[in-house]
Amino acid sequence: MMTTLTKQQQDPAARAGLPKAGKTARKGRLRRLGDLKMALFFIFPAMIGFVLFYLVPTIRGVYLSFTEYSILGDPTWIGIKNYTAMLGDELFWNAMGVTVQYVGLNIGFQTLIALGLALLMHRVAKSTFIRGALLLPFLVANVIVALLWFWMLDYQIGIVNEIINWMGLPRIAFFGSEQWAIPTIAAVNVWRHMGYTALLLFAGLQSIPNHVYEVASLDGASPTRTFWSITMPLLRPVLVLVLVVTVIGSFQVFDTVAVTTGGGPINASRVIQMYIYQKAFGESDFGYASALSVILFLILALVAFVQMKFLKGNESDLD
Amino acid sequence: MKKTIGVAAAAAAIALSLSACGGGSTASTEAKGEINYWLWDANQLPAYQQCADDFTKANPDIKVKITQRGWDDYWTTLTNGFVAGTAPDVFTNHLSKYPEYAAKKQLLSLDDAVAKDGIKLDSYTKGLPELWVGQDGKRYGLPKDWDTVGLFYNKAMADSAGLTAEQMANLDWNPKDGGSYEKAIARLTVDKSGKRGDEAGFDKNNVAVYGLGLAGSGSGQGQTEWSFLSATTGWTATDKNPWGTKFNYDDPKFQETIAWWAGLIEKGYMPKLETTVGASLADNFGAGKAAINTTGDWLIGQYKSYKGVETAFAPTPKGPDGKRASMFNGLADSVWAGTKNPAASVKWVEYLGSTACQDVVASKAVVFPAITSSSEKAAEAFKAKGTDVSAFTTHVEDGTTFLFPIADKAAKVDGIMKPAMDAVLSGKKPASSLTEANNQVNDLFK
Repeated sequence: MMTTLTKQQQDPAARAGLPKAGKTARKGRLRRLGDLKMALFFIFPAMIGFVLFYLVPTIRGVYLSFTEYSILGDPTWIGIKNYTAMLGDELFWNAMGVTVQYVGLNIGFQTLIALGLALLMHRVAKSTFIRGALLLPFLVANVIVALLWFWMLDYQIGIVNEIINWMGLPRIAFFGSEQWAIPTIAAVNVWRHMGYTALLLFAGLQSIPNHVYEVASLDGASPTRTFWSITMPLLRPVLVLVLVVTVIGSFQVFDTVAVTTGGGPINASRVIQMYIYQKAFGESDFGYASALSVILFLILALVAFVQMKFLKGNESDLD
Repeated sequence: MKKTIGVAAAAAAIALSLSACGGGSTASTEAKGEINYWLWDANQLPAYQQCADDFTKANPDIKVKITQRGWDDYWTTLTNGFVAGTAPDVFTNHLSKYPEYAAKKQLLSLDDAVAKDGIKLDSYTKGLPELWVGQDGKRYGLPKDWDTVGLFYNKAMADSAGLTAEQMANLDWNPKDGGSYEKAIARLTVDKSGKRGDEAGFDKNNVAVYGLGLAGSGSGQGQTEWSFLSATTGWTATDKNPWGTKFNYDDPKFQETIAWWAGLIEKGYMPKLETTVGASLADNFGAGKAAINTTGDWLIGQYKSYKGVETAFAPTPKGPDGKRASMFNGLADSVWAGTKNPAASVKWVEYLGSTACQDVVASKAVVFPAITSSSEKAAEAFKAKGTDVSAFTTHVEDGTTFLFPIADKAAKVDGIMKPAMDAVLSGKKPASSLTEANNQVNDLFK
């Protein structure tokens, strides 16, 4: 993901040049066939990884979603029974609702804060130290971050509740109450990921040529006007990519939930990945868990497609 | 990003379990080589390490490698090990887990070994060996220890509340008004301004010390939370035990018990369920935030280790039937069916289940071994440390124990009952909602 992003930012014009190259392609067909062997040679190592770790497991997962499979023993084919069961499974719909709520909170705050940070990095904080420090939470492993906040937000002995108590306010069961569990988990992950997201957006900001800003200021545009008419449209391709990547990542939230609430209280934080894990590894229902995963896969594919399509993520306003 | 980390973690886990499982690939019929043994209780590790050393001294050809994993990781790692072929040769097994493993043919039957080596099953405390006979009539484990539940209370708090050890040991309970058990809990509850729970002007929203601590809702078993109460009403979790197929969470006797228990939160005598997430029952007791905890004897050592807190033990209260009750849970050691070294593994299990090893465990005074004579030695070892454990042994002496509900599909039952019990305890649903959960549970067995 990282490499695709940087490539596009380094040379936004290269993408615009691609269609032209396509038109003259016929002439070079012979030469291209000659390159095929070499191309395959270079693709081969990546191909092994792709087939072994992505393609085969995916196909096997789709197959397992039509079976009853307890991992110990052989899968038995049961047709679409897992999928019809899902329709009537209240916990599945609850999990989807909880996940969407999480994604909304997580992506909303994370993108806004990251955009703000990126602008600050671009305009104000030019020191490499400060820019680097923003990335620090991202360098800590997810589980560690989750446990750290789990302790800091503990009802009885957490430092945050000690401060709240000291201010004379009632303590808050951040991970223990139904209302707070998902917002708390979302906030923890916003804290961890905002620096990284800001860095990606910052790279996008840097790719906007200075001369457009100069023209804007010559025309007497206010900073607000410049932001909405220059920065945002030109940042859009990067923003869309960042959104696609973060939304997909956000849908897959698991570790933070697994090490803190474990899906509770009651069902308040049982996100879809947690539910899949519970079904597969807790209740040995790998067939049903595979069906859930297939549905999640389809939803994510759709979300990514819609985002790319309607936000025109593959076009730049720069040409 | 998360995905990458997941994959890396999985890879690391695989690498770990692979490295943990080196060796053991020697001859399969002869009892020699290295065998892997897993347990989850860190408190018991020193005792079993001692057993392993003694065992190797007597059988120089067999080495035992012990791995301790926390309860939460233990079972998933074990299941993954079954699939990947890296499971330990011998492991500590739990009554809630073994039926599934036995049904999926992951456990080695020990019947032949018991017959051939003349294991005296009657040397174990009554009732324990039968727990490990599966639905197919085969034996899948040799008992290693047992546990019962009791009241752990803060002695200084009881003294200042005017409750004597005598009174604490003779509490009674009923689901209507809670009996003297609720009175004691109320008396031990103190609010921020020093008013007790049974005094006028008690502020239930600003409690400094709760009379009764709360670990969680107890899911479908409530081993240490509520089972010692519900059992005294004549209620049982399943139609028969072991191998029940019909659950009784719709029984009014059970629902009244839970309603009374959950009511303690409303009265301010017990902390809210939401405050227990991530919290440790024992540590809150150690920090003086609760006066009584109901928990199992395996935690005696931990409760005794809190500085500045003197913990005393009392048996569970007598119920409507005039008797006490405690769930009787026992662990056993099982052999994985996929072991490359069955002969050595069985030999090690037999040693673990022998007087020699169980006396070593007894001498460390951490748990009560399954062999009756070793268990008596453990009680003496506790006494030598200044701990009176009669609150726990009384159940065995008086025959007031009842068995842990053993049933198939335990994980699925848990998946339904945990949220359902959480909902009742957090006050979101009435206890009568458990009838609906019970229907869902029973549907699993249709």
